[in-house]
Amino acid sequence: MIKTSVRQAIRDAMAEEMRRDSSIFLLGEDVGRFEGAYKVSRGLLREFGESRVIDSPITEHGFTGLGVGASMSGLRPIIEFMTFNFAMQAIDHIVNTAAKTLFMSGGNVRCPIVFRGPNGVPRGVAAQHSQCFASWYAHVPGLRVVAPYTSSEAKWLLKAAIRNDSPVIFLEHELLYSKEFPIPPKIEVMPLDQACIVREGTDITLATFSIGVEHAVKTAEILQAEHGISAEIINLISLRPIDSSTIIKSIQKTGRIISIEEGWPVCGIGSEIISIVCEKAFGYLDADPARICSADAPIPYAPNLEKAALPTVEKIVRTARKLCGQIR
Amino acid sequence: MRTEEALDLYRKMVEIRMFEEKAAELYTQGHIFGFCHLYTGQEAVIVGISQNFTSTDSVITSYRDHGHLLALGVEPRYVMAELCGKITGCSKGKGGSMHLYNRLRNFYGGNGIVGAQVSIGTGLAFAHKYKSDGGISFTFFGDGAANQGQVYESFNMAALWKLPALYILENNRYALATSAERSTVRNSLKKRGDPFGIRTICSDGMNLLEIIQKSREATNQVRERSEPVILNIDTYRYKGHSMSDPGTYRTRSEVETVRKSRDPIDNYGNVLQKDYGLSMKILETINDDAVEKMEIAAKFAIDSQFPKEENLRSDILI
Repeated sequence: MIKTSVRQAIRDAMAEEMRRDSSIFLLGEDVGRFEGAYKVSRGLLREFGESRVIDSPITEHGFTGLGVGASMSGLRPIIEFMTFNFAMQAIDHIVNTAAKTLFMSGGNVRCPIVFRGPNGVPRGVAAQHSQCFASWYAHVPGLRVVAPYTSSEAKWLLKAAIRNDSPVIFLEHELLYSKEFPIPPKIEVMPLDQACIVREGTDITLATFSIGVEHAVKTAEILQAEHGISAEIINLISLRPIDSSTIIKSIQKTGRIISIEEGWPVCGIGSEIISIVCEKAFGYLDADPARICSADAPIPYAPNLEKAALPTVEKIVRTARKLCGQIR
Repeated sequence: MRTEEALDLYRKMVEIRMFEEKAAELYTQGHIFGFCHLYTGQEAVIVGISQNFTSTDSVITSYRDHGHLLALGVEPRYVMAELCGKITGCSKGKGGSMHLYNRLRNFYGGNGIVGAQVSIGTGLAFAHKYKSDGGISFTFFGDGAANQGQVYESFNMAALWKLPALYILENNRYALATSAERSTVRNSLKKRGDPFGIRTICSDGMNLLEIIQKSREATNQVRERSEPVILNIDTYRYKGHSMSDPGTYRTRSEVETVRKSRDPIDNYGNVLQKDYGLSMKILETINDDAVEKMEIAAKFAIDSQFPKEENLRSDILI
């Protein structure tokens, strides 16, 4: 199989869908001539022209509302946020209108729209540009929230998101854009609401998403090679709805669970995963469930502090060994 | 205008007034609850402007939305049922007074967030241009919303991209309890389009014929030149911001003075008598018919069922 970067996969997904359906357009800051701040929309302006690949002013509140309005009347906008940090300016339109209109209108009006862009913590950009918004959006009924890890997930999930008639939050990660993964030339469909097992194991479950999968894979290799612990990795993919049956099945097998995310601990995705486990599979637990999150602090600039704030393989290995009774 | 057309406009205004009065009654009886924002006093605005709607145009407004949907021709009983939270309501009882929609008539709310409809309405205009369907968007907002930043983000994009958007600023004098004088620097609402090169056309909001004329001019410009225009309308709301507002920020006599001197329905009734030679009796008959129609709508709403509990989990995700 050919290897493709996550960046290229996202680009290809948009291009293929835009060729298929003329109601799809891309709107965001510098998505056209500059081809995106992270070069995700390379070549799209050339292929689709200025009417469909639109450089917006720096006006998140306004252009997000514009996108939501366009989606109500039958278009299928892809709104690119230069980063999800900037979507805070626009979150009213996402939460109060995009997510709620189908419900408030009794099924009358739909908002088929994708909000995408990098989310989470890149490196060295300090607190206002380093934050995971997964749990913010996962809290809201009426939204779908997905976070791909591989190129294949990025491509097929984005295509599914664009075709879906609900508003979809599509969380990318700056540090994954250049990573290359093998990508199958064609798969039939990628469900928007299913987790996948990245690696099977018997002793402990690592439940995570986005760049957390990378940490989990490295952790599992170390646990197996150096400590004789067999870790199962769940890539959640969908954070709303969350695929609880995959989590429960795994905990029934392993009896131990660690959630891993770049978000803060309070009311985070980890809180939700552990609630699911406690409510639905408490009897299967052999150890206290654990969360590995960002520290409960804004992300700092100094590299040593930043590292201390983030989930790391060392932290996960240590916690896994504790849960397995190897260390205290 | 032919007499029948002229009378029809009168009927539309009276029906909105009687609808709102009936809604106020049902509110005090407990059939309607929560927030209920009445349009009484402002009827001429929507009735006048709706004369320009075509079937491809789209419309959006704030939570003060009953009159807009009625002017689009939706049967009052479906609106009243929605106000009462009934399954027969136009949003199946899930939206309530503030969240009325009608996809068939391209009516997109009913938005409860002050100013949000301006960005969304700009998106409706964007869609008309994108699809080249010849339609334009009508975006209604108040003097309160006019101080939201996204309004100017929208004006900028609409002017930059030449979007067919008609922005209707319904200045009813009070942003909830804060008067336009206290919220808005030097009465600048009429100049808000200037920095963007967007033309503002002003109209007396209590004079139906003036609104019809001015909105025709505005609509023609938007449609023919595919560019935004602002219609600044000087109107007045008789009732509180919502039914739960006691109106302590203005005097009773201020409201009474406007009612007596500027009422849009009385004004237009006088025109009908003077210019069309219609008798008071004909107008009274229209009033009586409207009262009866709203009585029937109210009965339909009250007699309807609340949504079933299983409806709670539907219409959330597709």
